[in-house]
Order: sequence, then structure tokens, then C-alpha cells
Amino acid sequence: MLKSMKASVATVAVTAGLATSAMADDLSGTLRIISDMSNPAPRAVMEGLAADFDAMHPGLTVELEVVDREAWKSQIRNALTANPPDVINWYAANRMAPYVKAGLFEDISDMYAGGDLPGLDSVKGAMTLDGKQWGVPYTYYQWGIYYREDIFNELGLTEPTTFEEEIANCQKIVDSGRKCYTIGSKFLWTAGGWFDYLNMRTNGFDFHMKLATGEASWTSDEVRATFANWRKLIDMGAFIDDHQTYSWQEALPFFVNGEATAYLMGNFVVPHLREAGLTDAQIDFYQFPKIADVPMGEDAPTDTFHIASGAQNKEAARAFLQFVTSPEVQTAINGPDALGQLPVNASSSVADDEFLTQGFDMLSNNATGGIAQFFDRDFPAEMASIGMEGLQEFMVFPDNLDDILNRLEDARTRIYK
Amino acid sequence: MTTAHSDLSWVRRNRMTLTPLLFLLPGVLFFMVYVIIPIGQSFNISLYEWDGLGEATYVGLENYRELTGDRAFEISLWNNVKWLALYLLAIPAGLLIALFLNQTITGIRLYKSLFFFPFVLSQVVVGLVFSWFYLPNVGLFDIITGWFGIDVRGGILGNPNTATYGIIAAGLWPQTAYCMILYLTGLNAVDPEQIEAGRLDGAKGWRMLWHVILPQLKPATFIAFVVTIIGALRSFDLISIMTNGGPFGSTRVLSFYMFEKALSEYGFRMGYGSAIAVVLFLIMLVFIGYFLWSMYQDEKAARR
Repeated sequence: MLKSMKASVATVAVTAGLATSAMADDLSGTLRIISDMSNPAPRAVMEGLAADFDAMHPGLTVELEVVDREAWKSQIRNALTANPPDVINWYAANRMAPYVKAGLFEDISDMYAGGDLPGLDSVKGAMTLDGKQWGVPYTYYQWGIYYREDIFNELGLTEPTTFEEEIANCQKIVDSGRKCYTIGSKFLWTAGGWFDYLNMRTNGFDFHMKLATGEASWTSDEVRATFANWRKLIDMGAFIDDHQTYSWQEALPFFVNGEATAYLMGNFVVPHLREAGLTDAQIDFYQFPKIADVPMGEDAPTDTFHIASGAQNKEAARAFLQFVTSPEVQTAINGPDALGQLPVNASSSVADDEFLTQGFDMLSNNATGGIAQFFDRDFPAEMASIGMEGLQEFMVFPDNLDDILNRLEDARTRIYK
Repeated sequence: MTTAHSDLSWVRRNRMTLTPLLFLLPGVLFFMVYVIIPIGQSFNISLYEWDGLGEATYVGLENYRELTGDRAFEISLWNNVKWLALYLLAIPAGLLIALFLNQTITGIRLYKSLFFFPFVLSQVVVGLVFSWFYLPNVGLFDIITGWFGIDVRGGILGNPNTATYGIIAAGLWPQTAYCMILYLTGLNAVDPEQIEAGRLDGAKGWRMLWHVILPQLKPATFIAFVVTIIGALRSFDLISIMTNGGPFGSTRVLSFYMFEKALSEYGFRMGYGSAIAVVLFLIMLVFIGYFLWSMYQDEKAARR
């Protein structure tokens, strides 16, 4: 399967190459890429990209090094400071901040301004810090509620659009002896997803971003309202028990066995559900329902490519960024047999997949509030870590709320100076 | 006399001093580069606010002042104390098993190796096995406590009141085996004549153990104490595997907290991490000081 995919990427690359060959054939030297796409499917995609780009430019040698995705989160610092490569992988939004501030990412605003990156206008915002753009996205995916369609049918439930309907549904699910949501909060970030959605729905996207940037207070009435809504779900027994001992993967069996009927997750959960034996007739997706009358904000984490400011071959690096974001390459690498996610270029086509088309439709037409990255990418790293710990504690001991919020407020006044 | 000496070169005259110094040099050099100098650097970095990338700004003792009001630090410190105190249980437990296994019956080697087995396992494996053992609802531990009507909310590792004890128990399993081996070798060296003499004087049971055997096991006890203290202070891997510091930070120890603050995905506060490292170092220094003093006393006694 991977072979056929590589081949398809290659054919696309040739056509893309023809289109851009006029400006690109004078590239020479070596292009060094360090990628964190270490899982099997992404790795094949990245290797295909490197090989195609190498083949397109006879005078250029592409050197690709793939490092473990988790390890890269701390290795990137060393990689960028000592002998920096030309192109690297990272994440959008606030996660770029430490490297932008330290001057380790190359400012590529001129590429956006000069029309070198057509079709990326809608994602430009996620790449902008201090009014400049620091990289290009290559894939993103929606978050939302994945649910057991068969159990919903059995209980006569329909996809809710308001929080009242959500709670009414959940009550019926709980009455049938099941839990409404599975979650594994051992590694904390899953609780961040719940907070993102509850806060964006209760107070709106703009308030959520104010909280992320430290302008809003954790002890404000708005935040308390968010937690009050969350508490409604906790008190009715909506979440599985003992979730603090499970990773997100360990929480999957509850969904697969039908002990819990829904999972607030990113689209990367779908292959796991299919592998576990659920058919597409048993699973479906809906947007997190409306709570207050505010425009809907959505989480759609974006993965990115950047040029190191200390890169040796910036010309080739820029050409590579153009290549990766071109409509054809975007369609190919986000296809169902490749990354299986959403393409970032507006001229690309979305794979014919029930979940991707729903997600794409949701993000294009019903995310009028704005698109957030994710709790641990929008909030500064230290605030995210302390915050997610508090969120997990709240889910287990909701009575500790005051204590938790005071702690987070203390952290806020210290972290955002 | 003086003329005879002046014939010899300076090197030859001083070789009794020079030779040991030369032999010491490589060791001292590496010890400086990898131990002493980094300790000094930690002290130095702890006075700065630094993210590891940009400029470091001097903040004096600000990091330490922040530590005093940091609840996560306080919890970590207390957990370190719990680890140090409870981990020492490995010593009497190891002694007990060693005494039990110190007999000659057929197949005793097999039993000995079975008891020694957990020490051979990697800490990661021990952590994984125990986290499965502790799983709520399906774990063996939960099933057994269920028979007695005890239900730990969230499972052992999911409950902030029990999680640290659960991890310490997992750590005691291999540590007891380690102490057992130390005592088994120690028991081999026990002088049979002294036992014989004790027996003639009517010593049995507890009195024999306390007054005749244990004094002879003193070197083994000392080593067991040293390795157990060291083991308790480097409990990092078990915590990382079993709870990752959670639930909500209740199982962190200082070394884990330092890692989180300085080197993990959400960390990179090098100054603050170093301040934690310095506190951990000062705690270790108490034990290191005691070990060195005690070894020095032994050497002095041996030289006499």
C-alpha cells in the first residue's frame, strides 16, 4: 500500500514539478531536512516528498533525517542551535514562540506577500506571530465528537446541536447503563480538549484566546461558567470512571465495546476505531454542540514546516516549502492512503472519507468564531502544563475548583510578565 | 647523605608521591569534568532565568524564593521523604528472605534465583507489570481488595492518596531482592566458629541473630543501606512509567519535577530546574557526607 502511495505522490510531483520548473531548476547544493514524521504512514509520506523533490532538481541533493516525534519536541532546541538544518517540522501558533523569539526560525512573510504561496490565505493566521509569518502548514485535522451511531440508533438519539440536547441524550445513555464519554486523562492533554470546547462554546473564541494570551483571568465569572457547564456532565456520571489512569489509547476499548458512546477527539482516532473492528456504519461524527449564542470556534491542530534561520541553503528550503504546500502535493499527502487528514491549500481536494468531508465542511462553513490550535499549543508551554494538571484534578475532584482556579491564576500572573 | 640525593633527578626523588598522583589523574579529571564542574554550573544556572535558547538574565535567589511558595515542589519534597523512609523496608525484608533461603536443601539454588529474579528485570518492566496489577476493575490487586470489600477510588495509581505508596511498593520488589543477595553473600562469610561458640553459651533464635549474626553482617548492612538510599533517590523511571507524575502531580519527586521544569516538552525553565536540582543535591549531600564519614572511620579502624 505504501509503495502505491509513493508512486501516486511521485506522479503528482511530476505534474507539480512541471508547473514550477521555470523557477526551480537552478537549485544546487544540499537540502537538509529534519522531520518528526516518524510514524509509519507519515514517514512514508515524508520519504516520498524528499525523494520527489530530489528527483525534480538534478543539481540538488536532499538529505532527510527522520527523528522520533516525541523526542523531537525537546531535540528541536539542539538541532536549531548547533549546525542547523535547512527545513524542520514543528507546530503552528504559540508553539512557535520560543523559537521565533530566539531568532531561530526564518521570517518568510515575503513569500506570503509575494504570492509564492497561493491558496494558503486561510491558514496564514496560524503561522503569524508578531505580524510576520514563520513557516508553512502541511496538514491539519478537525476535533469533534466521534460517537457510536449504532447505539444512538438503538436508543433513538439524534446528533445534538445544543448543550441541552447533548445533556438530554447523555441522560438516556447513562440510564441505559453506559457512559456518555470515554476519556483517558493520564497524559492530561485530553482534558485540555474538553476545556477548549466548553470554554469556546460558553464564552466564545475571542475570550478563549484572551485566556490563552494571559489577558483574561482564570478566576473570572466566564471561566467559572465554563467549569459549571463541565460540572453538569461530571455530576451526571457522563465520563468513564478512573480516567486518570488511562492513556487516550487505553480509553479506546470503552468506546469499541460500547461501554461509552462518544469520544471527544482529533480525527486521528478514526484509523484506531476501524482497526479495532468498528465499521463506518457504527461510527459517526458531530460538531461539539452550541452552548451560548456565540460563533463556533474549533480546534484544528496544524503541523508545519519551517526554515531555520541558520540554514545553509535557504533558496532550496523556500522552494521545498512551496512544493509541499502546492495543491497537487497537498491532495496527495493528505489522501486516505497517506496522512488521511485535511489539506491546507484551498485549491486541493479533500479525500472521499466520511469523517474528513464532515470535518472539512465544519471547519470551512461552521467555524465562524475562529480556529484554535489546541490547549497545549495555544497556551504558553508552562501555563499549558499547569493548566492541564488542574483540569484533570477538576475532572476527578470537582469540589477542588476554587483551589485549582486560584492556583492557575497565580501561575498566570507569574508566567505572562 | 645530601650529595647522594642530589644525584637523583627531581622525578626520582618524588616518585613515591608522583606515582599515585599520576594514577589518580585520569579519574580525577573525568570526575571534575562530569561531576564537580556540572554541580558548580547547576548552582550558577539556578541564579538565572533562562529558557535554554535566549539570553540568561540574572535573578539572584528569585528561583529559590519561588520554590518556597510552590506547592508542586512541596509535594515532591514530601514524596522524596516518603521514598527514603519506606524504601528502607527493603533492608529488613531482604534480610528476612536471605535468612530463610540460607539453608541447604535440594533445589535451593532454584529458589534463590526465583527470589533474585525481580532484580534482573528492567525498572520499566517492573513499572508496567505493577501498573497492570493495580489497574482499576480488572487488575489483580483491585480484585483481591474487592474480596475484603475495599474499593480504592480511581485505583491505586489513580488516587492521589495512594499512588505514591503504590509506586514505592513496586520499587521495593526488586530492591528487596537486591538486599537479599547482599545478605546471602554476607551470610556465607559468617564465621561458623563464632556461631558454635554462641551455641555453647546457650544463644538461640533472636539472641543469636541480634548478638552474633547481625554484627558480622555489618558490612552487608552498610552496602544495603547505601544502595537503597541511592535507589530511593533515583526513583525517576518507575514514576515516569507508572503515573507520569500524576494524578495531578501527586507522585512527583524532586528529580521528576526537575526534569519536567527543565527538560520536558512543557518545561525549559533551566534556572528553576537547576534550583530544584540544587535542593536535591543538598539532600543527597547529607547522605553522601554520612557515607564518606563512615567509610573513613572504617579505614581508620583498619589502619590501627
